[in-house]
Amino acid sequence: MTNRAELTRRDILKSGAAASTVTLAPGVTLMAFGGTPAEASSRADAGKRWGLLIDAGKCAADCTDCVTACKVENGWGNDEEHGHIDPEQAPEWIRKVTLRDKETGREVSAPVMCQHCENPPCVDVCPTGASMQRIDGIVQVDKHICIGCRYCMMACPFKARSFVHEPLNEQSVNAPRGQGTVESCNLCAPRIDSGRIPACVEACEKAGHSAILFGDLKDPESPISKALKDYDSVALRSDLGLNAGVRYTNL
Amino acid sequence: MAMEQTIYRELKATPGVWQAAALLAAFLVAAGGAWFYMEHHGHAVTGMTNQIVWGLPHVFAIFLIVAASGALNVASIASVFGNKAYKPMARFSSLLAITLLVGGLAIVVLDLGRADRLIVAMTTYNFKSIFACGTVATITASSPWSRSTRAADVSPARLQMGQARRPRRPVAACALAWATVLRRLVARPGYDAAIVAPMFIIMSFSFGLAVFVDADDTAAAQRSPDRRPASDAPRPAPRGLRRHGFYFGAGHPPLGVSTAPRTPAATGRWFMCSGIYTLLFWGVQVIIGIVGVALVFSTRRRLDRPRLDPRGDRRFRPDLRTDRHRRSNHPSAATIPGYEVLEGFHEGVVNPHHAVDLGLMLGLGGVALALFARPVSGRRSRAGPADEPVRRQPRRKRPDRARVNEGVMALDATGCTP
Repeated sequence: MTNRAELTRRDILKSGAAASTVTLAPGVTLMAFGGTPAEASSRADAGKRWGLLIDAGKCAADCTDCVTACKVENGWGNDEEHGHIDPEQAPEWIRKVTLRDKETGREVSAPVMCQHCENPPCVDVCPTGASMQRIDGIVQVDKHICIGCRYCMMACPFKARSFVHEPLNEQSVNAPRGQGTVESCNLCAPRIDSGRIPACVEACEKAGHSAILFGDLKDPESPISKALKDYDSVALRSDLGLNAGVRYTNL
Repeated sequence: MAMEQTIYRELKATPGVWQAAALLAAFLVAAGGAWFYMEHHGHAVTGMTNQIVWGLPHVFAIFLIVAASGALNVASIASVFGNKAYKPMARFSSLLAITLLVGGLAIVVLDLGRADRLIVAMTTYNFKSIFACGTVATITASSPWSRSTRAADVSPARLQMGQARRPRRPVAACALAWATVLRRLVARPGYDAAIVAPMFIIMSFSFGLAVFVDADDTAAAQRSPDRRPASDAPRPAPRGLRRHGFYFGAGHPPLGVSTAPRTPAATGRWFMCSGIYTLLFWGVQVIIGIVGVALVFSTRRRLDRPRLDPRGDRRFRPDLRTDRHRRSNHPSAATIPGYEVLEGFHEGVVNPHHAVDLGLMLGLGGVALALFARPVSGRRSRAGPADEPVRRQPRRKRPDRARVNEGVMALDATGCTP
């Protein structure tokens, strides 16, 4: 048995501190020059809460213009991406869902995307805070600090989030994406910040359906608030108390 | 006055240890290769999808992390609950927890979409996330700082004499909160049952105790084949483990029925036509689980070793795969109640998971890392208590610094060099 001095707690702490410093210092330095959540919300207006009202009665079953517009705007789902990976591994920021009422047999169709909940479970579970909510209610992923743990995907009741399973090419400048990170509908935040409406809403209007109404839920005079006041609407999984920003009518 | 003191020993590097290390190193190399391939090609090569977001590596990771929590409980019995008999094993328990945690977290980290952002994960915390809080709590609680690392501090004799340092109860108690690391996920019915949380704690105790006893026995055999494990102190209470076994063997399956997708067709598919998962569920979880429970209940404790041999609980380990599958693969309950989905994105469907070898290699690599880390750390630090406590004269009190200085001054006065 060697007779060397016993490894003391001080030695262990010294070693741990040294290792931690060497490991963390470069990253901390880099992050000091990076953006902050406050900056990510800098162009958002705290006095607004953006939302959508989707009229399933106006949504045509054979129309996927909203999905196509989202793909073009945000650069996901191109042919190359879908060509060589499993379709279940391909991203889905927005999808069309066709439903049949079990009692009456009535069929309806509607797009499903991130519901931009007021109490988003994806934000609660994210270990790094990459899954974030802007002050105007838009829920999105900060791709700079997303570590790709997929906990938010497990937490989302709407399957609204996708994981980037492969290297990416030819990205859209509107929405930088990253292999190994999670992504989802951000309600076209860059467009909203520049005074425009989300791409899916614009495409639906162009197609002549106008099934998606976009607006400020906090403004009682906005068309969406008035419509919500006048017509019955539902939030998906309202039993969870998430207070979704996307609501459906005629469903 | 002679006092009884626990002496801690390093692990001896016998040829057997080196052979085991070489074998484990092979697994580590394979896991490293799997990670490199995944990192290069993306998770498209792993078999995981946007439906099955956590795959086979997470089965290994959760097992190791849960076991780490349980292994640490042996030390918690001493530090949190004040049972002095377990004090000598606190170091070993803490060391084992750290090594298991290292193995489990290594799997999780290497399976991240962006494993290169480990620094981000370590420096950017969302404290609303129970996952982040749980990680911090457990790392803190299992750190050497939270356990007394000096032999004299943890010796039962000093405890009896009232000389031991006060246990870091608040810090150590953090470890008990570990089981909340996976909070209730409203989107996943398998995680949404309130009864799962306490059962998770018991499960961790069970697995951790099993690993602890294994490691303890192995260390004893490594020292000398005819010696008994050093931790032959009474081992933790068995009743909770039996209840846990009963629950996960017989109680959880019916609960699973109620938490399965709430459409009869999907439920039927899950229980009757899900291929390997149906077989695992009925064959392993239900039949073997219940038989295992029956065996545990029929096992009488030996009089000469009044403790539970947690090997009985190992019978439930195969449950993990079906258990994780039911939790992870089950989608949320009907997103749009009252409607049948004609076309969509696998709405309300129990999705299969085609695990590929990469995940298996990564998972086994994590287990190998945990096994590898224990002897390495055991070799570096004196964590394991020697077989028998020894009687040793108490340390002499250190000379008072003032008196030493006086001596120095006296020497100076005589003209001698101090």
